[in-house]
Amino acid sequence: MTAASLGVPLPGAAAPSRGGSKKVLPGFNLTLGYTLLYLSLIVLIPLSALILKTFTLSWPQFWDAIASPRVLASYRLTFGASLVAATINAVFGLLVAWVLVRYSFPGKKIVDALVDLPFALPTAVAGISLTALLAGNGWIGQYLEPLGIKLAFNPNGVVIALIFIGLPFVVRTVQPVLEDSERELEEAAMCLGANRWQTFTQVIFPSVAPALLTGFAMAFARAIGEYGSVIFIAGNVPMVSEITPLVIIGKLEQYDYAGATAVAVVMLVMSFALLLVINALQGWQRRRSGN
Amino acid sequence: MSDLSKKRVVTTEAPWVRYTLTGVALAFIALFLVLPLAAVFAEALRKGLDAFVQALREPDAWSAIRLTLLTAAITVPLNLLFGVAAAWCIAKYEFRGKAFLTTLVDLPFSVSPVVAGLIYVLMFGAQGWFGPWLAAHDIKIIFAVPGIVLATIFVTFPFIARELIPLMQAQGNDEEQAAIVLGANGWQTFWHVTLPNIKWGLIYGVILCNARAMGEFGAVSVVSGHIRGQTNTMPLHVEILYNEYQSVAAFAVASLLALLALLTLLIKSVVQWRHEREMKAAADIPPERPPQLKEAL
Repeated sequence: MTAASLGVPLPGAAAPSRGGSKKVLPGFNLTLGYTLLYLSLIVLIPLSALILKTFTLSWPQFWDAIASPRVLASYRLTFGASLVAATINAVFGLLVAWVLVRYSFPGKKIVDALVDLPFALPTAVAGISLTALLAGNGWIGQYLEPLGIKLAFNPNGVVIALIFIGLPFVVRTVQPVLEDSERELEEAAMCLGANRWQTFTQVIFPSVAPALLTGFAMAFARAIGEYGSVIFIAGNVPMVSEITPLVIIGKLEQYDYAGATAVAVVMLVMSFALLLVINALQGWQRRRSGN
Repeated sequence: MSDLSKKRVVTTEAPWVRYTLTGVALAFIALFLVLPLAAVFAEALRKGLDAFVQALREPDAWSAIRLTLLTAAITVPLNLLFGVAAAWCIAKYEFRGKAFLTTLVDLPFSVSPVVAGLIYVLMFGAQGWFGPWLAAHDIKIIFAVPGIVLATIFVTFPFIARELIPLMQAQGNDEEQAAIVLGANGWQTFWHVTLPNIKWGLIYGVILCNARAMGEFGAVSVVSGHIRGQTNTMPLHVEILYNEYQSVAAFAVASLLALLALLTLLIKSVVQWRHEREMKAAADIPPERPPQLKEAL
């Protein structure tokens, strides 16, 4: 491959300095320039349009838009359901990652591949499918309804949809850490007289905790913005089961662009905050595994 | 194996614990992943194969499929180009603000799809920044195909860059520098040295980007206007059919998307396994080649 280029005289002799090795590779200006241009056109300028649009509102107008009872109820649902779903995901995600890394069972590779299904399955498909399962006449719903358990068309449905879409985040962040964890530490703990549960809580869990927390935060962040899978199963009753993204859509459909923008800015600020938290967590995780 | 089983006595749980944990994990997977997937196909075929085929032969379904394919065909190459460029400048060089740039590349992942759609409405919609100008020149972006493509590009923006940056950072610059010192130009270096090294990560990123591009719902829903036969992508068509209580038709289109998801998972797993095998093979090659060494001796 490089044999063809061997005929070209070596530029090494003519190179002014060997020290600036970073400058050896060409294409920095081109790739950085293109990256910044594309980033600006697709992401930064449109996002700044959102921020600037909010400046057309006075403070009282802005406050009314983001703090009306209906919008406040939607924050409570969105955050509450996301928190519950991310917590359930943290528990079961850790369990699934543990089972996939530590135990062997038939069909393990298929299960491992299937964990990513929520990444690959369009959210609208997940939404109608979960609804078909859990509605009063659905596969599961028909057995639960006589018992007085309703899982669709109320906040329970929101939580279930958010569990579905958030699961891979926890599994995929915890799994590699478990794979890399040193068995020697566990052996040492056992030799020092710890039982299995003590080894898990004192040795294994602290080493996966940063990854688990990162996965939790990622699942939480994704859940807050989620729309497609939730709206089918939520029932979308204002004040009860209406999520914040749907409030934005509702305002848009009434041509209340300013109101929609104000609520969107609140969501955007939340996303930024969570992004910073996730970055900090990942840094912590890297330092942990680096040492 | 005897060595391994000896180790297991120390660092694994009692069999009943292992079986219980595996059982609970598999039950959770079955309940939350397998069952919804099975339900899609079961609901689509509930009224038989004829009804299923009939639903897919609807002209509106066809135009939704075409629009989805078109959107992915524009989105994926553009994000691929961006992903490679971003990964090259972030992974191969040190510069001020690099961490910040990496965060910005990730940003679209944490923005709600609905907000992603909204920002383009504010830019190009009738009351948006460019709205009057676009109207004067009779260009439609919102409630038309360009808006759908833009919103899809936004939500799939980081996928390929995300896969490539850590991969290229881990591989370092040594091979590329060697190629340059040997006289290759930048393009040759990229094509013959970098690309073979990152090909699995690239494929991985592309199929994930494609799956999301074809399946995006929230962002596209905001900018589409839901005009049947014109601005309906497959997920939007599923929604419309579902809301009209045409359950079988909705699930028939949904089952195509579910098949796409399964195909994505399959390719992804194959890519992963091949990559792992290559890594293992590369690790097995001794640094000094023994046969040559023997010949020399």
